[in-house]
Amino acid sequence: MLTPTSEAELSAAIASADGPLRILGGGTRPIGRPVTGQALSLGALSGVELYEPGALTIVVKAGTPLAEVEALLAKENQRLPFEPMDHRTLLGTEGEPTIGGVVAANVSGPRRIQAGACRDSLIGVRFVDGSGTILKNGGRVMKNVTGYDLVKLMAGSWGTLGVLTEVAFKVLPETETQANVLIDGLSPHQAVEAMSTALGSPFEITGAAHLPGDSPLTMLRLEGFAASVAYRTERLSALLAPFGSVRADSDAASVRAAWRDLRDVAAFSGAPGDVWRISVKPSDAPDIAALAGGRAMFDWGGGLIWVLAPEATDLRARLGAFAGHATLVRASEETRARIAPFQPAAAPIAALSEGLRRQFDPRGILNPGLMAA
Amino acid sequence: MEMPAPDSAVLSRKPRIVARLQEVLGKTGVIHDEAETRAYECDALTAYKCPPLAVVLPSSTAEVAAIMKVCHQEGVPVVPRGSGTSLAGGALPTADSVILGVSRLTRVLEIDYDNRFIRVQSGRTNLSVTGAVEEEDFFYAPDPSSQLACAIAGNVAMNSGGAHCLKYGVTTNNLMGVTMVTMDGQVLEIGGAHLDAAGYDLLGVICGSEGQLGVVTEATLRILRKPEGARPVLMGFDSNEVAGACVSDIIKAGVLPVAIEFMDRPCIEATEAFAKAGYPMCEALLIVEVEGSDAEIDEQLGVIMQIARRHNPVELREAQSEDEAKRIWLGRKSAFGAMGQINDYMCLDGTIPVSALPEVLRRIAEMSDEYGLKVANVFHAGDGNMHPLILFDANKPGDLELCEAFGADILKLCVEVGGCLTGEHGVGIEKRDLMTTQFEPQDLEIQMKVKDVFDPGWLLNPAKVFPLAASEARRKRRLAA
Repeated sequence: MLTPTSEAELSAAIASADGPLRILGGGTRPIGRPVTGQALSLGALSGVELYEPGALTIVVKAGTPLAEVEALLAKENQRLPFEPMDHRTLLGTEGEPTIGGVVAANVSGPRRIQAGACRDSLIGVRFVDGSGTILKNGGRVMKNVTGYDLVKLMAGSWGTLGVLTEVAFKVLPETETQANVLIDGLSPHQAVEAMSTALGSPFEITGAAHLPGDSPLTMLRLEGFAASVAYRTERLSALLAPFGSVRADSDAASVRAAWRDLRDVAAFSGAPGDVWRISVKPSDAPDIAALAGGRAMFDWGGGLIWVLAPEATDLRARLGAFAGHATLVRASEETRARIAPFQPAAAPIAALSEGLRRQFDPRGILNPGLMAA
Repeated sequence: MEMPAPDSAVLSRKPRIVARLQEVLGKTGVIHDEAETRAYECDALTAYKCPPLAVVLPSSTAEVAAIMKVCHQEGVPVVPRGSGTSLAGGALPTADSVILGVSRLTRVLEIDYDNRFIRVQSGRTNLSVTGAVEEEDFFYAPDPSSQLACAIAGNVAMNSGGAHCLKYGVTTNNLMGVTMVTMDGQVLEIGGAHLDAAGYDLLGVICGSEGQLGVVTEATLRILRKPEGARPVLMGFDSNEVAGACVSDIIKAGVLPVAIEFMDRPCIEATEAFAKAGYPMCEALLIVEVEGSDAEIDEQLGVIMQIARRHNPVELREAQSEDEAKRIWLGRKSAFGAMGQINDYMCLDGTIPVSALPEVLRRIAEMSDEYGLKVANVFHAGDGNMHPLILFDANKPGDLELCEAFGADILKLCVEVGGCLTGEHGVGIEKRDLMTTQFEPQDLEIQMKVKDVFDPGWLLNPAKVFPLAASEARRKRRLAA
């Protein structure tokens, strides 16, 4: 395994590579087509470069454990706005997730609907492209339109355009407390309607999820100063009363635990079957979930559906053409080799994406094929 | 400002090119008379002018695609234009170019409150997007100062920001999808009413690419429910350093204001003389606004005012009524107009780390003495996006050049302290030649390689963003072809 200890070493390693490289952060997210190639770990490129709480910005090396970044921010009562999911629960993996891995996979959690995705908080990157050239884009300030925005492009490119060495984020204050407004017994259609009502209210919902099953539960999260959360809990409960019996959970610890489980899709942890993640227009979600069959969970007000499907099923064949995209997140290597984990794009979009990949990695050695259709 | 020599072959084929464009749009959609094309010779960066070969005003995505095919076949450069409010020369024509104006593409295509988005044609103005959803108490968050006039097309091209982006983000954070026509006339649908990209985030690259990757004809935008209320507080301090420290302390306290605006003494004096908003005469003034219900606002402003008091403000004024709130914003909102009354000015928009604020203001003041040109500073302090206004006299020979040199020095300073050349206006032609102070050659090369993928012939919005020397080989390759 290659383990460069500096950006320069990484650059040399990539420039002199004579075959495919399998890029590794913490190794906790084995998603996409299986990649064969020499392992290249970013584990030794770790550490905080700069943290200015008063400017809401942090710059860290890509191999830094996510837990370290979150702990550092917590000390100053701040946090990453996008609430990244920890895939270890769902995928049964071990190891330490890295901040670079979070960016490479554009990992976002329930707060994505209000605070944006990982890519929205990412304000700068340094990376090494497929020919070993060290590059930078963006910077350490939160408003920056100087040149093309390759920061967004690098987020969610799964190491296929370049190997991240440093990432910069806009961070936000941690909130004083949080509460849940809960509704029992709704159908998916009713739940999406209730969540849309909540998200269309002025009460700043930072999480909207629905867990169907024998005792269906719809959860709406409110965060902020205590008095404000109490006020909004009351107003939101009144607003949602027509949907059913509404109750509130003001115990911050239990609310936090509920959203952590939701974020990490704990309900499907250890359950047999493949796991798909489907992004759709929220009001389409109930019908799409019904088409998909299997067990479903709704996040993002319905905009994100998690589906537990029988192993080796091509869910896209069941869904047919739909507006949105489906990603196969958990499946065996054989299944991931057979069924495209990432939603195949329309021909002109696929051509542009392939064109970009060739510019960034002309030899096709960085995680080759990982995102292939 | 150097612009590449126009392609004489294109100039000589003007009658044929115009005829082909008229075949697509009819006579009313094509402007080619030299007296009339002059209306499009510049945008809001009025120091540079060049009438285009022709102007086309399509009314549909299909027409845009047909025009692009003609221009592609004829090898004619295309300069997309929103409302022409760019301060960076983002829509400056070249003599051999066709201006593609989206001013007839103003329709609202879909409003969906349940799913919280609106789909509009890209020529619609920023403010009229909010106007379309206001009756249901929704709004479109990015609010550039030019929002009354500027088009969504230009907002997407420049990734426009505004005063409230500390909380709501800039265009790229509120853009869900686009319909875009490529230089060869293909119509692409990217993103939509769902979140995030299936593969590479092409939408993220298109937003902010200054019209160099394609012509955006439709956009799906996130809309939000309006907060229950908002209230500003005004604070005056006797030094920039103290005001800067106060900003930092507010942010660290865990309150997230929707806006923190900063004005320095020259700016306060000018706006006060013009708008009579009742601002205190002091070294630095902050306007901090928070949102929510009355009780929530009281709580947040309580925290903020307590912090402000620790910094011994010379003035601390909470708006007690809607009217007072308006007066507090009045001065800030008329700042640019006020400066325009007393002088010609050049508006910069570099961003700096908030921590570097006192040092940067001190050094700008020193440079101001050296250049003999006055500067007024007004800016979005929460995010470090500065707007130094350099005052000069356009009628005085050499003053514009002096002003530009001073501006370049300020922007270099922004980069030196860890910031960037432009926070929300874009590079255009204005900052094109300064790009090498922020980027290494390879950093520019990879961006140009992205353009190669979308526009291999380099016909879209020529001579913007990249220093001419950096793009020379690619432009020559086009002419050779």
